[in-house]
Amino acid sequence: MRATRSPALVGLAALAVLCLIAEALVAGGMVSPLVLARPSDVGPAIVKLIREEGLIRAFFATFAVTLAAGLTATAIGIPAGFLLYRFESFGRAYESWFAALFAAPLVLLYPLFLVIIGRNFMTIFVMGTITGTIPIILNTRVGLSSVPRPLINVGVSFNCSGIQQFFKVLFPAAVPDIFTGIRLGLIYALVNIIGIEFLINFGGLGRVVSDLYDRFEIPGMYAAIGFIILVSASVFAVLARIEKRIRPV
Amino acid sequence: MTAVETKLAAATPAMEEHGVERRVLAIRLVTILFLVVAWEALSHSGLFYEGVLPSIVLIASALIDLLTDPVFYRHLAVSGTEILAGLAIGAALGVPLGILFGSRRFLGRVVAPYVTALATTPKIVFLPIVMLAVGIGSESKIALGALSAFFPIILSTAAGVVHVRPVHLNVGRSFNLTGWQMVRKIYLPSLVQPILTGLRLGLGVAIIGVLLGEIKLSSAGLGFLAGDFYSQYRIPYLYAVLILIFALAVAANTLMGLIARRVGSQAPDALR
Repeated sequence: MRATRSPALVGLAALAVLCLIAEALVAGGMVSPLVLARPSDVGPAIVKLIREEGLIRAFFATFAVTLAAGLTATAIGIPAGFLLYRFESFGRAYESWFAALFAAPLVLLYPLFLVIIGRNFMTIFVMGTITGTIPIILNTRVGLSSVPRPLINVGVSFNCSGIQQFFKVLFPAAVPDIFTGIRLGLIYALVNIIGIEFLINFGGLGRVVSDLYDRFEIPGMYAAIGFIILVSASVFAVLARIEKRIRPV
Repeated sequence: MTAVETKLAAATPAMEEHGVERRVLAIRLVTILFLVVAWEALSHSGLFYEGVLPSIVLIASALIDLLTDPVFYRHLAVSGTEILAGLAIGAALGVPLGILFGSRRFLGRVVAPYVTALATTPKIVFLPIVMLAVGIGSESKIALGALSAFFPIILSTAAGVVHVRPVHLNVGRSFNLTGWQMVRKIYLPSLVQPILTGLRLGLGVAIIGVLLGEIKLSSAGLGFLAGDFYSQYRIPYLYAVLILIFALAVAANTLMGLIARRVGSQAPDALR
């Protein structure tokens, strides 16, 4: 009997119970509706957000900047990672610097870019690109460095040129690690882009939450935050699924 | 092979390694020099608005001003307290829940999608809810730090529980240990590394959460200081405070890494 219970169904049931508890707490006056939105108000608020606040437009604005930042980060990160692999001394010289940057709170640089570039999409794009590039560089170098020696020797024995060696041997063998870097880069870019949109009250989904909070529209704010959770989780799940297909067991 | 030849053969790789290290050092020094020269050239090029890229001399001077000003240390203390309090709360919730969800497989599968979804969401967007719930003072920054730190800690702990050796669990059960005794005697000693990893990752995101919260709305802390310098257009000071924040964040991360390695190397083989 126990084995037939689906974790997903139990999870949904638990979520429904939590919503009922929240509804009861607010309805009973134990929690102010200015702190916790009634779940029954959050559903209609999503419709209002789509119709009046341009939630879908905001989603596409965030999505477009994230995609642009992700593609730029990939275009910079893979060649940079390859160069660090190809020129071993440079790789050793810079790897710990990139690792430190990876651990550093890069998002806090956004006031500098506000000063240099201004409060516009370019600042958001640049911040997304910077945060997305570092994991791609690091993972590309790790991936290329982990290509088994026999595979490289096969390329050498077939007299492959440098470019052939890269495209026929090194790159295909390193794709799983490189994709892990791209996945991390895209997630970092998305998280930072939404965060900066919220902080500077400009752009897509983050700006919507900031606007609604400023206007004290609590159910709408909860709905927008819920939508962001859904978007982040969906992007994460899709990328994880692609990675699972690419990575050999 | 003569004794001399043997010594030479042993010395060659060491000499090569020494040569590589010197090359690495030279590359780093040349890179730093290049960055300094490029920065100065750009700062005097007129390509940017005046003051946007201040000279390194001005930034260094601002750095010294900050480091010799007691006000900076008051802000540092505020941020430090908020970050550590956030990390402590995140760990106090994340470790036990990680053990619970990791050891109860079904429960773990029930909550996993929700924990993962929330873990990947930018925590700063929860700031409005946190401010509505606990106010706009230090409490909201601590809460945001705790929320940020909670997810890497719970995920790392739960992942660690899955790798606890079954033989250890069976020993605990054969001794009829209670739930609390199992946690204290079996799980916690086996989870030192995953918990430390979670704490290291949690510290990094707690720093980001707290400082971003301070930049958005606060009256003290390093994030507030950065926001204040930005709004007053004191750009060299903005660079200086960001350099100090980065240095402190990297130092904290390195320290946590060293602790994790040291504790890991001291753990008995059976627990690794």
